[in-house]
Amino acid sequence: MNLPLLTAENLTGGYQARSVIHHLNLDLQQGEWLSLLGGNGSGKSTLLKLLSRLLAPQKGVVLLDGKAIHHQPPHLVAQQLALLPQQQTVPSGLTVRQLVSLGRTPHQPWWQWQLTSTDLEQVDRSMSLTQVDNFADRPVESLSGGERQRVFLALALAQNPQILLLDEPTTYLDLRYQLDLLTLLANLQRQQELTIITVLHELNLAIRYSDRLAMLKNGHLVALGSPQAVVTPAVIADVFEVNVAIIDTPVGLQICPLTTVN
Amino acid sequence: MKVLRLQQRYLPFDRPVRVSVLLIALLVAGMLLSLCRGSVHLTLDEVWQALWHQGSVQHQTIVWELRLPRILAAVLVGAALGMSGGLLQGMLRNSLADPFILGISAGAGLVAILCITLAILPLYLPLGAWLGAMLTAALVYTLSYRSGNISVERLILAGIAISSLFGSIQTLLLLWSDESRLQSALNWLVGSLNGRGWSVVQVAAPYVLLGILAGCALARPLNLLGLGDEVATSLGVSLLRTRLLIGLVASLLAGCAVSIAGLVGFIGLIVPHGVRLLVGNDYRWLLPLSAIGGATVLLLADLLARLGAIEFPVGAVTSLMGSPVFIWLLYQRQSANDRR
Repeated sequence: MNLPLLTAENLTGGYQARSVIHHLNLDLQQGEWLSLLGGNGSGKSTLLKLLSRLLAPQKGVVLLDGKAIHHQPPHLVAQQLALLPQQQTVPSGLTVRQLVSLGRTPHQPWWQWQLTSTDLEQVDRSMSLTQVDNFADRPVESLSGGERQRVFLALALAQNPQILLLDEPTTYLDLRYQLDLLTLLANLQRQQELTIITVLHELNLAIRYSDRLAMLKNGHLVALGSPQAVVTPAVIADVFEVNVAIIDTPVGLQICPLTTVN
Repeated sequence: MKVLRLQQRYLPFDRPVRVSVLLIALLVAGMLLSLCRGSVHLTLDEVWQALWHQGSVQHQTIVWELRLPRILAAVLVGAALGMSGGLLQGMLRNSLADPFILGISAGAGLVAILCITLAILPLYLPLGAWLGAMLTAALVYTLSYRSGNISVERLILAGIAISSLFGSIQTLLLLWSDESRLQSALNWLVGSLNGRGWSVVQVAAPYVLLGILAGCALARPLNLLGLGDEVATSLGVSLLRTRLLIGLVASLLAGCAVSIAGLVGFIGLIVPHGVRLLVGNDYRWLLPLSAIGGATVLLLADLLARLGAIEFPVGAVTSLMGSPVFIWLLYQRQSANDRR
């Protein structure tokens, strides 16, 4: 077995003195898709922030290719790891192409003013993959929520990362674009061995697309494994406090909520 | 295909290049006009001769001892305020930010008023004002630091709180001071370039030039900060280090400007705002053009201030011109948003 690409060892972290994630261990192989699941306040987004260097751990360490990411130069981490946050800040006056071009920054020396042909190819490719190339010259602030989400995904892909972290990426998308986006990510995962970590609220989509699921409750890892191994009525009842029926369908296991526990 | 690639690569810079040429031409024209105009009018020919130490001795004195240092002081102060305003507007993601938002004006003002009203080391007023500006900015940064991070909201709130505190002390000192000192304190507070000579220019110029170069080098992280803390971090920006550096450079520039000319308002607010309307939000263009624009606007304001029979403080002229221009800019931006 290969060495893991990303590892969290005894990870504890949160905000100021308060710990939200407690002594968590997990690792990811290259080309794997892991979804973080759990109820509101379970620590999914905090874990994603710890893994993406937005928060410094209170204890433990996050290793990228065997090196602690919080002690590496930020631009080197950014060449390997990209984040699509849940909410995006849209600067005024930038077109889609200009915004996506900023994704090349970690690969550029500080004195470089122009995009190189490699940069341009990567920007074009990212815009084409996310289907934002047909409005490349429109200002980002004039786009709908769903269009903006795809533009920011193009920005993350322009970084050409090995690992992509996405915090609830389907939030602003209608059903068709939700499937389109997740299928695009699945293709990238398969074709480029992109490693993906998502926070998803939609359990059925997480089960359908992920290789492994990590179930969180009160900042502790309750279950970690393949959807078939992890998605059981008992685990769902423990994590989400909902009784469910699990149905086998042509697209894999699907959950049907029945009643709340108690 | 190749033409399309070239267009993609260079098209975004087409408009900024034209604006740069226009602003540089305006700055040069403003400098020439300022050399010619004043209580004694000189022709271009007379100015040219005086610059080469030829012709009338009186003209040489006017050009070399009075107008040239004052013009350079205006250029330095305007460039410093324009660049400082651009840096802070970018870092704070707030187009209403100006170089004085971190309490720089309040800190410099307090030390200056202390020097003037209590007659403490009046000769060291510029240095004192600079130190007051830098120490206050450092205090504001310390107050806004928590858990390895400096948040934009805490910076703005700490700046407002410290400005308010120091402003009250300034008011008390002014109320207690006698009339002659009150007059010179008010002159300093409103900002003026009257009588600024080579000594001021020589001391301040290296720091302002260093600050402008350092500011230009911060353009790339500023572009990324505009995308929000999470995306900026994901793109390799160290938030703490970048905010400290931007604050240091912006305070250095604003402190230098204050030590030369006192509190000249509106340049640091309006010029980056106007440049943004002309060239967009790319800080690689916005910052150097804010410096050139700030120098041009202050130079022209100073020319206006000294054209009449009685010279006005340049700070009063920038405020008088600045308010209507600011309202016009806001109106233009609203109209552009409505059209979109």
